[in-house]
Amino acid sequence: MSDILAIAEHRQGELRDVSRELVTAASALAADTGGDLHLAVISGDVDAFADELSLEGVDVIHTVAHGEEFNHDVYTQAITQLFDELAPRYVVAPNSVNGLDYAPAVATRLDLPLVTDTIDLETDGDTLIATREMYGGKVETTTELESERAVVTIRGAEWPATEAGGEPAIEAFDAEIDEAALGSTVTGFEEVAGGDVDISDADLLVSVGRGIDEEENLELVEELADALDATLSSSRPIVDAGWLPANRQVGQSGKVVTPDVYIAIGISGAVQHVAGMKGSDTIVAINTDPNAPIMDIADYAIHDDLFDVVPALIKAFQ
Amino acid sequence: MMMKVLVPVKEVATVEDEFEIDGTSIDDRFLGADLNEWDDYAIEEAVQLEEDGVVEEVVAVTIGDEDTEQTIRQALAKGADRAIRVWDDALEDVDLLDVGAKVAIFEAVVAAEEPDLVLTGVQSGDDSFGATGVALAAAIGYQWGAVVNTLDLDADAGVASVHRELEGGIEELTDIDLPAVLTIQTGINEPRYASLRGIRMAQRKPLEHQTLADLGVDSEAVAGNLRLTAMYEPESESDTTVFDGSAEETAGQLADLLREKGVAQ
Repeated sequence: MSDILAIAEHRQGELRDVSRELVTAASALAADTGGDLHLAVISGDVDAFADELSLEGVDVIHTVAHGEEFNHDVYTQAITQLFDELAPRYVVAPNSVNGLDYAPAVATRLDLPLVTDTIDLETDGDTLIATREMYGGKVETTTELESERAVVTIRGAEWPATEAGGEPAIEAFDAEIDEAALGSTVTGFEEVAGGDVDISDADLLVSVGRGIDEEENLELVEELADALDATLSSSRPIVDAGWLPANRQVGQSGKVVTPDVYIAIGISGAVQHVAGMKGSDTIVAINTDPNAPIMDIADYAIHDDLFDVVPALIKAFQ
Repeated sequence: MMMKVLVPVKEVATVEDEFEIDGTSIDDRFLGADLNEWDDYAIEEAVQLEEDGVVEEVVAVTIGDEDTEQTIRQALAKGADRAIRVWDDALEDVDLLDVGAKVAIFEAVVAAEEPDLVLTGVQSGDDSFGATGVALAAAIGYQWGAVVNTLDLDADAGVASVHRELEGGIEELTDIDLPAVLTIQTGINEPRYASLRGIRMAQRKPLEHQTLADLGVDSEAVAGNLRLTAMYEPESESDTTVFDGSAEETAGQLADLLREKGVAQ
């Protein structure tokens, strides 16, 4: 068989954007292998999700109505049973926090090789050729997998979303979920990025990263934010270290921001950070490392020490 | 009930700002070595559980050649009680140790150690597969949770209450049955620096080397079918305007830009 099985993602009643991107990535793979694209929608309002995901390139949608929210055991059981039924070549899942909570388990249970966090995929029929990053985005690699079947995860926002509608067959799949084997229970959700400041409202963000080195150096960027009448935000390490509260964090696990101007100071630009700020109109990067990944998306760059540039910039506005 | 925790850790290569690529790897001259950042948090979490009296033993395990002993000694210096280093001639020739290979090795270690809890980093800073913990859990029949940033352990009830850090500032609150594998996210705690005393004590703590044969793992199981065939620097997608000159000059150009964009006066 040469079919592809892709797994949609939803949370708290809404499909996540990566689901439409999955359709794009997986339908291209199906075109390469000459097979059909099967899409699985597991838990929640599966009929409504199936309607929304009736997109171009999807041949069949399999709905598994079991529970409301994501549970990795339900997903793992449903996907392995779908795999047994459909015998697809590749299982394609999002490289999201939840995707990484079931895709490795599915690969283990089915004794299949696993390639995660791919940013480009193609196949010549025998070999899966995946593009991945290493060392926090400093290099890209080509990884080849010679295996008849495999599990693959795709990074979000790397493929365009499929918007055009289609007419897939929608079939209810009667998965046998072993309730006794469900060893975890979701008891709730919590929003951690609340508080007095909403960085996603700001027109000008002064954002600080690991390059600031010490907590006491934060004063310098606070002074700059004051001088510019800008809002202060940060990358993850600053929040991890407890130097700024969680509501200041830009990135995949923090806030997505789209200011007019985003000034990244001492931020290397890991993919999780870039996911939260690449929609900014203008991106300025101040960093000593001209090869830092942030430079790939910066409109303007200063390859110099922030401890020299920031004081000069403060002076220019006094 | 006193618990035992196994912490799989990895020595990762760190890359200098300026580097050169040699074939499918970064030239050795530009590489350093360090304990994987996420694993540092996993070690800290395990050591804190021991200090809280919930755990009686913390065992660190790594896959790596003799040179990686300095890195796993860091885990001992920070408070792990003993360590296991798995290495074998059969691993020398594997250019990309895939998830299945790591799972085969750690599965054998789990069978020998029988931990109640396995804590490991969400991902490694070098190849970032982010899959070893969950794949291992499925192989050994433990429960699991990926990307944990809060852990509250009820050893008597056999439940780990965790927060899983989802995207967009949302956390999922989940109760997970023990035994379990949890992948630990940065920020869950504040990893300590190894004290001088800790470093001295680490020299006397047991660090055992095991081969695949010692663990009963077939060398076929670690061969894998992933091959790294190319490595290159990513092409820049945007046309970046670089401001040149002294700090005063570059700051001046940036000030002009901010005024021009109307975001600062």
